[in-house]
Amino acid sequence: HLATSLPLPSERDHFRPRIDLIVFMIDIKSKYSLKNVEASLAHVDATFFLGKVCFLVTGVGRVNACSIDTSAVCRLGEAYCSPVLFCELELEGVRVATAQRLLRILQICAGRIPEVSALSFVSLMRSSDDD
Amino acid sequence: ENVDPQKTAFLLRKAWTLYSVTPLYRFHRARLRDYARLLSAFIAAEKQKGLAVEVGVELDIKVTVSSLADLRGSEQDAAAVLVQLSLRSQASSRNSEDKLVWSGWFCSVYGDDLSKNVPEDFTCLPLFLTHGAESYTSMVGSWFQKTFDCCFRRLAISPLNLSWMAAMWAGCKLDRAACAVELVFSVPRLSHPLDISYAIHPEDAKALWDTIQKTPGEITQEEVDVFMECLYAHFHRHFKIHLSATKLVKVSTAVASAHCDGIVKILQSQYLPGVLMLLTELAISQIQ
Repeated sequence: HLATSLPLPSERDHFRPRIDLIVFMIDIKSKYSLKNVEASLAHVDATFFLGKVCFLVTGVGRVNACSIDTSAVCRLGEAYCSPVLFCELELEGVRVATAQRLLRILQICAGRIPEVSALSFVSLMRSSDDD
Repeated sequence: ENVDPQKTAFLLRKAWTLYSVTPLYRFHRARLRDYARLLSAFIAAEKQKGLAVEVGVELDIKVTVSSLADLRGSEQDAAAVLVQLSLRSQASSRNSEDKLVWSGWFCSVYGDDLSKNVPEDFTCLPLFLTHGAESYTSMVGSWFQKTFDCCFRRLAISPLNLSWMAAMWAGCKLDRAACAVELVFSVPRLSHPLDISYAIHPEDAKALWDTIQKTPGEITQEEVDVFMECLYAHFHRHFKIHLSATKLVKVSTAVASAHCDGIVKILQSQYLPGVLMLLTELAISQIQ
């Protein structure tokens, strides 16, 4: 399910299946996308931040078109205890690899991987970032 | 730091194309005249090969290579090097002067981040600025690459860095009435390219920056973000367009102007060191 911002329209609440993972996409070429994500975060229930949220920064291949300070995005990830992934959607290989990563994270968040919970996975990712 | 305005007057009010240059191997300042002669011979040879700039015109190019001792930041910086190509005058009369057709200069202003990590045989002049035909630029560049084993790359300026320049330069104190602060944005993903030009009265821009900057002489990313946010919010109030979703491509102020393709024009000599320091930093980060 794709949405340009949060909150989701309430009319469809009872049709909506359970949400296992929220991926916030930030386009490095658009300051607006970062502002939009920051505003949308306020509408997310706190329980999601126990491993069911991740940030995906796109367009990182184009360093010269960068409109966002990437350290600000990393600080956002730290503030919300959620991983930040970087990718370049225009490169097919990276696009496919990123999709596979997100799918894996989704499987964990949906409880499909035995013995790995969303919370344990995100703390695993955080400790490898610190290294 | 005291740069003689007369010596640097030629740098002002010209559109310079920017390049980053890796350190030059075994560049000797005492041999500048030799280098000029070798470069001149190289250019003549290139012309023989049929890579002439203008077809059918006999061109005799005179090359001068000089050192600009004052153009540097600290004592650690190597002094700037200026290369000039002139058309030798055909007439023998005393009144005819050589016509300057191309200039390029290498410089480093507070480039310690690069020079401190580099072995002795190397000269660090990471910023290269050119003015004149691209064909001459590529000939000069090829000769330097062959002779000093260095590498040139066009220096592009990201929207993030352009917004730093906008904030820094809009905040500069100027004696005379200045021209407007103009920001040009390119709108993505349209069938026909669209540019939005946003002009701000220089006094308003400076007043805005003065309310934001906490420590004089210091600028933080947060302060630049707030400055740009205010400008975007003002624009959105009037035109309902989110400039933050577009790409900032050009910044023009009374101090200097810069384009994302790596083209810069410096208008005020008193801010020349500041502008060069920022450009040196960008060149170094492109090299590393």
